[in-house]
Amino acid sequence: MSAAAPGQARDFSTFIRDEGDGVASLELAVEGMRCAGCMASVERTVGKLDGVVSARVNLTSQRLNVRWREGAATPDQVIAAVAGLGFRAYPFVSRQAETKEAQEEKRLLRYLGVAAFAAMNIMLLSVSVWSGNASDITPETRDFFHWLSALIALPTAAYAGQPFFESATRALRARQVNMDVPITLGILLALGMSVVETLNHGEHAYFDSAVMLIFFLLVGRYLDQAMRHKTRAVAGNLAALKAETAFKYVSDKEVREVPIAAIAAGDLVLVRPGERISVDGKVVSGRSEIDQSLITGETAYAAIGTDAMVYAGTLNISGTLTIQVVHAASGTLLDEVNSLLEKATAERSRQVLLADRAAQLYAPLVHATALATFIGWVLAGLAWQQALIIAITVLIITCPCALGLAVPAVQVVAAGALFRRSVLLNQGSALERFAEADTVVFDKTGTLTLPLPQIANAADFGPGDLALAGRLALASRHPLAQAIVEASGAAMPLTATEEPGLGVRSTFEGREILLGRPSFCGAEEAAALVAERYPEASLMAFRDGGRVHVFAVQQALRPDAVETIQGLKALGLAIEILSGDRPAAVAEAARDLGIERFQAAMTPADKIRHIEALAESGRKVLMVGDGLNDAPALAAAHVSLSPVTAVHLTQAAADAVFLGARLSPVLAAVSLSRRARALMVQNLRLAVLYNAIAVPLAIAGYATPLVAALAMSGSSVIVTLNALRAQGKPGAGP
Amino acid sequence: MNVLVYLLPLALLLGGLGLAGFVWSLRTRQFEDLQGAGWRAISDDDLPVLKQKDKSS
Repeated sequence: MSAAAPGQARDFSTFIRDEGDGVASLELAVEGMRCAGCMASVERTVGKLDGVVSARVNLTSQRLNVRWREGAATPDQVIAAVAGLGFRAYPFVSRQAETKEAQEEKRLLRYLGVAAFAAMNIMLLSVSVWSGNASDITPETRDFFHWLSALIALPTAAYAGQPFFESATRALRARQVNMDVPITLGILLALGMSVVETLNHGEHAYFDSAVMLIFFLLVGRYLDQAMRHKTRAVAGNLAALKAETAFKYVSDKEVREVPIAAIAAGDLVLVRPGERISVDGKVVSGRSEIDQSLITGETAYAAIGTDAMVYAGTLNISGTLTIQVVHAASGTLLDEVNSLLEKATAERSRQVLLADRAAQLYAPLVHATALATFIGWVLAGLAWQQALIIAITVLIITCPCALGLAVPAVQVVAAGALFRRSVLLNQGSALERFAEADTVVFDKTGTLTLPLPQIANAADFGPGDLALAGRLALASRHPLAQAIVEASGAAMPLTATEEPGLGVRSTFEGREILLGRPSFCGAEEAAALVAERYPEASLMAFRDGGRVHVFAVQQALRPDAVETIQGLKALGLAIEILSGDRPAAVAEAARDLGIERFQAAMTPADKIRHIEALAESGRKVLMVGDGLNDAPALAAAHVSLSPVTAVHLTQAAADAVFLGARLSPVLAAVSLSRRARALMVQNLRLAVLYNAIAVPLAIAGYATPLVAALAMSGSSVIVTLNALRAQGKPGAGP
Repeated sequence: MNVLVYLLPLALLLGGLGLAGFVWSLRTRQFEDLQGAGWRAISDDDLPVLKQKDKSS
């Protein structure tokens, strides 16, 4: 797939880590390595290479770590060896965000282990006390057991409870209440009261409740974090496998292929026909046509010459360009798009999520109930110490264990189900917003249509002609030729000479064959006929001896676009198209898909304005788009989705990314999210129901630590099992 | 009940050993690839190779 000419060394030095002692290491993202057999064969093959010290595969994140003695092996050899097994591999540096996710996951797992250990051991002591209370335990033994419990529980809570304490402090500092505030309060009060009870030789201590609460909630947090980390890792691999590189002039004469991470502003890069431009910059020499559809949505090519600005993501069609880099990889971005994006993102963070809303309702209610219980018992003539104990029991019993798990458990299961249907969620909370969407706004180019153009009139050609044209097209760098290669499935290139801007020429069985512009092949007449039938298509002619053929290459709808649109309509969603492309092209796509509402020739600002207008009329918009021009609209929409072929800025703005050529993941995202949201609400109701039973018991003063433990674990398990239903029907994935 | 004086610390010690083992496995990165680790257990690659340099494997 690489455009590197033979013998042209690729420079991976930015990816290589020096481990000392002459050993260097490299992480590679490997595509399609999913089975145990693949793992073993990759490790074996790479491990056998001369100079390789070790090769270790991580099957979960689909990566390969290679260490080799410097000078004895090169990354290119490793990549070639892996490619020989049928896997595409590309060097990789973990993004900071992903490294952070991994560290957080590890931290939570450590807390979880500690909490599990403590919960088990305290329960051992608690069960003894409970059974002893029913028979013949002496107060001294009970005190001893309570002290031992305290010895385990207090350090455990201080250590493993940190995620909740931190989050609660953050929320309180911002003068807000989240679920972690009542959790923290519950833990602290349970521990504090238990210590006082133990000092007073009391019968009941709640050390086990406090630690069990921490344990159950950590399970939810850990699963959530693990899911998020996995999604990040896959997204990181996809980004790496795009293998964005540029050909940089290292001297006046020499050009070297380097990853875009190694390009700085001011560098000169060479862009040949058929290559995607990977930097923002100014054309220093050369003239060409470029395809800006990823930036503006416009599918007609733009002619550019010296001093023109070009942007990352555009495709160079016909001429060789030398570009001076203005922004390097991190800064590739139109200023206008950037400022719109920032504004829209700030808008969105103000939304309140289901779990937070529940917390905001729940916290005051529970604390008021506890207070009322205390006052009630004091008025009824009970000593204030005992009344306080009952009030605190109320707080412990209502402990938001089930509430705390209700939403994240569903999020984890649903995110996993979406993952299997090729949708990667950027954040779990997006599920709720997907479920709420009532309007879907599609971009056209690259979203409803496939990212690469397809041959529209393939049925006109015999298989022999198509195969021969395909073999000739393999010799061409022209993007339109790629469509012919794909349609023909050709794999054996012919030796051909490329005439820049015109086409390729070769001989086959004594006949001259040509592929290129209609004028180059002498096919103007045939081209005019085809152009009449396909007014939107770009034309490419093929001459085989005396016969000429004309291919009409144009954007094609995704294979299941029609069914997906019908499915979305069946779910009751209104559908619109907003495109930057010409009105005629948009109207045609809308007609084919049965979409009544569409607007063409929209600028990024127009798109945002339209989405804001929809939002003002009370609509919740799901925006699906891939272009840089869609990024602000994606961020402004209630919820957003983009195909994995989108530019990375657009992907970052979207709530979720979908993979593959099919459009059905959009449908899956909406329907699974609706199911997930229904389950979240159901889970919250279950939690309320449990409280409705347990709280009166606690208010009446009948709640013992045993009741608390049973209620807590029982409700958590029920809520978690219910969440498993968010998986949907198995086997429905692509 | 005096037996508790030995038994309880013993129970805690054993539990603590388990915890220490868990922390150790976490430190040595054994939790980083749960999927792969499961398959490695049944892979035969670590058996002694009978024929050296068997390229056809």
